[in-house]
Amino acid sequence: MYDLLTNLLGNQIVAYVIAASLPLIFVLTFVLFAVLAERKVSAHMQDRLGPMRVGWHGIIQTLADMLKLLQKEDIVPEGADKTLFNLAPLLTFLGTYAAFAAIPFAGIYVGSSTAIGIYYVTAVSGLVVAGLLLAGWASDNKYSLYGAMRTAAQIVSYEIPTAIAILTMVMVSGTLSLMKISDMQTAHFWNWWILGGPETGIVKFLLIPFMIITFLIYYISSLAEVNRTPFDLPEAESELVSGYHTEYSGMKFAFFFLAEYANMFAVSAIAVTLFLGGFHSPIGYLGHSLGIDWLVPVEQFFWFTFKGTALVFVQMWLRWTLPRVRVDQLMVICWKYLIPYAVVNLIIVGIITLL
Amino acid sequence: MALKTEELVLNMGPQHPSTHGVLRLLVELDGELVVNVKPIIGYLHRCFEKHCEALSYNQIVPYTDRLDYLASMSNNLSYVMGVEKLMGIQVPERVEYIRVIMAELQRIASHTVALGTYGLDIGAFTPFLFLFRDREKILDIFEATCGARLLYNYIWVGGLSHDIPDEFVPMVKKFIKEFRPTIEEVNELLSFNKIFIERTANIGVLPPDTAINYGITGPSLRGSGIKWDLRKNDPYSIYDRFEFDIPVGEGKVGTVGDSWDRYWVRMLEMEQSLRIIEQAIDNIPDGDVHEMVPKRIKAPKGNVYVRAENPKGELGFFILSDGKNNPFRVKVRPPSFVNLSVLGELSKGYLVADLIAILGSLDIVLGEIDR
Repeated sequence: MYDLLTNLLGNQIVAYVIAASLPLIFVLTFVLFAVLAERKVSAHMQDRLGPMRVGWHGIIQTLADMLKLLQKEDIVPEGADKTLFNLAPLLTFLGTYAAFAAIPFAGIYVGSSTAIGIYYVTAVSGLVVAGLLLAGWASDNKYSLYGAMRTAAQIVSYEIPTAIAILTMVMVSGTLSLMKISDMQTAHFWNWWILGGPETGIVKFLLIPFMIITFLIYYISSLAEVNRTPFDLPEAESELVSGYHTEYSGMKFAFFFLAEYANMFAVSAIAVTLFLGGFHSPIGYLGHSLGIDWLVPVEQFFWFTFKGTALVFVQMWLRWTLPRVRVDQLMVICWKYLIPYAVVNLIIVGIITLL
Repeated sequence: MALKTEELVLNMGPQHPSTHGVLRLLVELDGELVVNVKPIIGYLHRCFEKHCEALSYNQIVPYTDRLDYLASMSNNLSYVMGVEKLMGIQVPERVEYIRVIMAELQRIASHTVALGTYGLDIGAFTPFLFLFRDREKILDIFEATCGARLLYNYIWVGGLSHDIPDEFVPMVKKFIKEFRPTIEEVNELLSFNKIFIERTANIGVLPPDTAINYGITGPSLRGSGIKWDLRKNDPYSIYDRFEFDIPVGEGKVGTVGDSWDRYWVRMLEMEQSLRIIEQAIDNIPDGDVHEMVPKRIKAPKGNVYVRAENPKGELGFFILSDGKNNPFRVKVRPPSFVNLSVLGELSKGYLVADLIAILGSLDIVLGEIDR
C-alpha cells in the first residue's frame, strides 16, 4: 500500500502519513459503532431498547457522547503526578494503535508488511500495560492503584498463554509474517488454520482438534488481555469503582475508552488472521468470478472486518452473560490451566507437524 | 530481612457503587486481603424515632415507608399491627387478606432487588435487569392500588388507604404466571453459573451459633440452616391459614451458611411467597376496608412490642403510649442494622472482592440502618 501511494503521490512523507492514518480512521469509525453496538447488544439481551433518542435508533449516540466528553472539564487530581497522568492515556492508546500497523486488512493493505508481524504485535501490545500502570500510579487514588496492580498482574500473566498459542501457530505455519499466514489460508474455509490449514491428508485431520484448542486458549487469554468480562477485574465496577481510570475525565477518559475498544478489535483481528483465514473470503471472491479486479480487495476488507466484528460481538455477548472471577481465581485459570494446556498443546502440535 | 509493611486503609463509600446506599466501610487491607472492616453509618439519619414523638399515630405510617424503602408495605404492616394491638382493633377479614397479599408481593419485590444487585456485585449485569423487569410488574400492581410506586402509605391503622381496584386480582394472577419462568431464567443464568458459584460458595460462612449470637434474622439467618420465620414461629395477621415452607440453607454447593446459601434462600422464598399469594388471591372476602379505621386515634396508656417477618428479617416496633395523641416513644428494631453488625467478623481474611460479595449477601438497606 505504501509503495502504491508513493508511486501515486510521488512523495514518500505524504505517503507515510496517509498509510499510517488509514488504520486510525478505521479504528475511530469502528469504535464509534462498537460502543453503540455494545449498548445495543446489552440492551437487547436485557429486554431494553438501549439508546433511542439521538438519530434513528440512537445511531449517532456515540457522537453525541464524544461531543459531551470534549466539553468536559479536564480534571487532574491535586496529588497526581501530572506528567505521568497525562502520558498514561496516550501510551495506552499508542500501544493498541501500534498493533494495527502490522495487521493485514486486505491483500493490498497492511500498514507495515514486516516479516516479523506477529512478533511485533505481541511486543507493542505490552505497552498497554505500562500505560495502565502509569494511570493507576499517577492518579494518587487507592482504587486506581489497586486497578493498576491487578492490570499488571493480569495482563503480564495472560501474555504467556497468548504467546504460547501464537508460538504454536508460528510453528505450524513456519512464518512470523501475518501477511504470509493470511495467504496460506486462501481459497476456502477448510483452508483456515482452525481447520488444519493448507495441510493435507492425515496431518490435517490430526491438527483440527488441537488447532481448535489453540484458538480457544488464545481467545480466552485475549479476553483477559483486553480486560473484558469475566476478566474485567482491573475496572471491576462493584469493587474498585472504575479501577485505573477512576480519576480520569473528559478526553483522557475517552482515550482509555477508545483504547479499550480498539484493543478488542486488535485481538480479534489477530485471532482472525491466525485462525480464521485472515482477510480471505471463506467462499471465494465475486471479483474473480466477475472479472472485476478492484472488487477483490474490497471484498477482502469486508470479510476481515466481518470476521473481526463477529469475534468482538462474542466478547460483548460474554460480557453481558457472565459474572466476574476473583483475583486469585483469575491467576488459577491462567497458571494452572491455560499455560499447562498451551504447553502440552504446543508439544502435540509439534509432533504432528513432524509427521 | 523482612520488609516492613503496613496495612492500607481504604475508605469504601459512602459514594461507592456496591455499598448499597450510603454505607461507609473503613477497610484495612493487606494487599487484597481484608484485615479489618469497620462499617460507619449515619449518613442517612433522619431522626425517625424522635420525629414519631411529635406525630400522631397515623402520621407515622408514611415515615415507616422510608425505613426499608424497598419493603414499604411490610414496614407499614408491622407498625400498624402494633398500634392496632395497643388499641385493641380487630380488622376485617378482607383487610387481612389484602395485607398479606401486599406483604408477600413486597417480599418478592424486595428479594428481586436483593438478588439482582447481588448479581451486579459479582459482575453479572443481565440478571439484574431481568429481575427488575418483573419487579416493575409488582410496582404496577401497587400503583394501580394506591397510586404510589415506592412509598405507599397504604396500610392504615384499622384498614387500608384504598380498596383494591377491579383489575387487581387479574393483575396479580398474571404476575404469578409470568414470574415463575423468570425464576427459572435467573437460576440458569446466575444461580448455577460456575463462576457465580466459585465466587460465592464457601465465602463468608456464617455458622448458626454466631448468627444467633449476633441476632441475625431473616434470610441471612435461614441461610445458616436455622428454621426461624416469624410467619410460622410467631404467626401474625392470618399467616397461620396458609401452607408454605421455610427454605433453609443446606450447603448445596458449599458450606452451610455461605453467601450462596443466603442467596439461594431468597430465591426459594420468592416461590413460597407466590404460593401464599396463590392461596390468598381467590379467597378475598367482600367487605369495607375503611370499616374499622378510627376517626381519631388515641391509644390507651401502655406499651406494645410487635414484630413481623420483613424481607430483610425481623422488624420490630416498640410503641410506648402515655394516652395522648402522639406516642411517647417509638423504638425500631431494624433487621438490616443487626444483620450488618456481623460483617466485620464475616469478612476477615477474605479478599476485597469477597467483602463485596458478603456485604451483598447480607442484603442491607441504609434507610433502615440509619433511620
